[in-house]
Amino acid sequence: MNGVAIEATDLGKRYGRTWALRDCSLTIPSGHVVGLVGPNGAGKTTFLSMAVGLTPPTTGEVRVLGRHAAGSPDALDMVAFVAQDAALYRNLSVAEMLRVGRSLNRRWDEASARARLAETGIPLDRRIGALSGGQRAQVALTLALAKRPGLLVLDEPLAALDPLARHEFMASLMAAVADDGVSVVFSSHVVAELERVCDYLVVVQDGQVQVSGSVEELTYEHHVLVGPADQADEVASLFPVVRDRRAFAQAHLLVRATGAHNVPPGWQRHPVTLEELVLTYMREPAAAALPGPKAVAR
Amino acid sequence: MDIDKGPSPIVFRLDPGSGVPTYLQLVQQVEQALRLGHLQVGDQLPRVRDVVGGLAINPNTVLKAYRELEHRGLVAGRRGQGTFVERALDRAGLREQAGLRRSLLEWMAAADAAGLDDAGMSALFTAALQDRHTAGHGERDDRNERGERNERTEGIA
Repeated sequence: MNGVAIEATDLGKRYGRTWALRDCSLTIPSGHVVGLVGPNGAGKTTFLSMAVGLTPPTTGEVRVLGRHAAGSPDALDMVAFVAQDAALYRNLSVAEMLRVGRSLNRRWDEASARARLAETGIPLDRRIGALSGGQRAQVALTLALAKRPGLLVLDEPLAALDPLARHEFMASLMAAVADDGVSVVFSSHVVAELERVCDYLVVVQDGQVQVSGSVEELTYEHHVLVGPADQADEVASLFPVVRDRRAFAQAHLLVRATGAHNVPPGWQRHPVTLEELVLTYMREPAAAALPGPKAVAR
Repeated sequence: MDIDKGPSPIVFRLDPGSGVPTYLQLVQQVEQALRLGHLQVGDQLPRVRDVVGGLAINPNTVLKAYRELEHRGLVAGRRGQGTFVERALDRAGLREQAGLRRSLLEWMAAADAAGLDDAGMSALFTAALQDRHTAGHGERDDRNERGERNERTEGIA
């Protein structure tokens, strides 16, 4: 399980004069549920579509599950993709959609697909177009998992779903992770829901990776120090500061400090939630939290 | 009515606004169920897949909670079967708690007399707890927060 799910080296994609993604080098280990977050236009969809082999890169390369070039026949066998709009044929029935999936894939687990549909209560004879958005998403997930992929990539799977459908979709996805140990990478806007689901986080900003790491490490390494403003400069010089907020008496410093982090006397340390961390980094485009020391903005 | 047909006498719920990490909420709910007698020695904890499928949380979170409970000597995993209660929380602990609660109430009365309101007491308690952690008493918790990844396949019944 301790391999590499996606490895990008100097990956870039240019559309006309605009770089959708540039100089992207990152390694995502397998065996995780990875959240890929970032503002609209940050390059998330571009990155994912190159990782699954749908879009050829302009520069660099991307490999999946250890060694396979994205888009190669072996990679296509082992990687499943659920696109933003859940590409399904609306006029087909669920059973017919299953047959299409079976004929398009070399690996196919029909029994588990049918069991999953039965579990979610989706009738096989219903037309795709007559299903609710949540049910369509479940069918798309079922088709993707029926390939028995080593890596499942989902682009904004929650975007069009209501809160109940979101919960049910994520519950199905997490059950699949518990059952098969499939590695999952998904992009999302729904930062609040990441904390329950993701154990690895990648933040993309302006076509580049800004933060990457395991959620446990990121939340362990970051905290907010609260103390008197007149000592803030001194304290800020001790740790890399991601966000510095001060009033005339009090200062809040969101710092990244590894190892034994002693709290200065008179200061209090508060943990940060993943949501706060993500939003902070998204607001501070110059700050970075990649593995290894990087420049951090004030 | 929604009846859980799993093998465990208990079900979990999450309080997203509590600020308590998810795995710790699961740990606390098992301990609470042990104190209340909803869980007894030999009972099975909810299966990882059932928890994950019900709450939509990462399986590693459940495994981490179960490992923490194992570390505390309360449960044990049986390969291929699940996780089972090994030891009930002793009633002496309950009596100790009652004593501690009494002394805390006395402390609160003193704080009240000194002019502190509820929020003030709470802030003071939290700050003192943090001082204690900073002084090195919280190391065990820190250790448990780390180094527990990539073990998803282990212990799933």
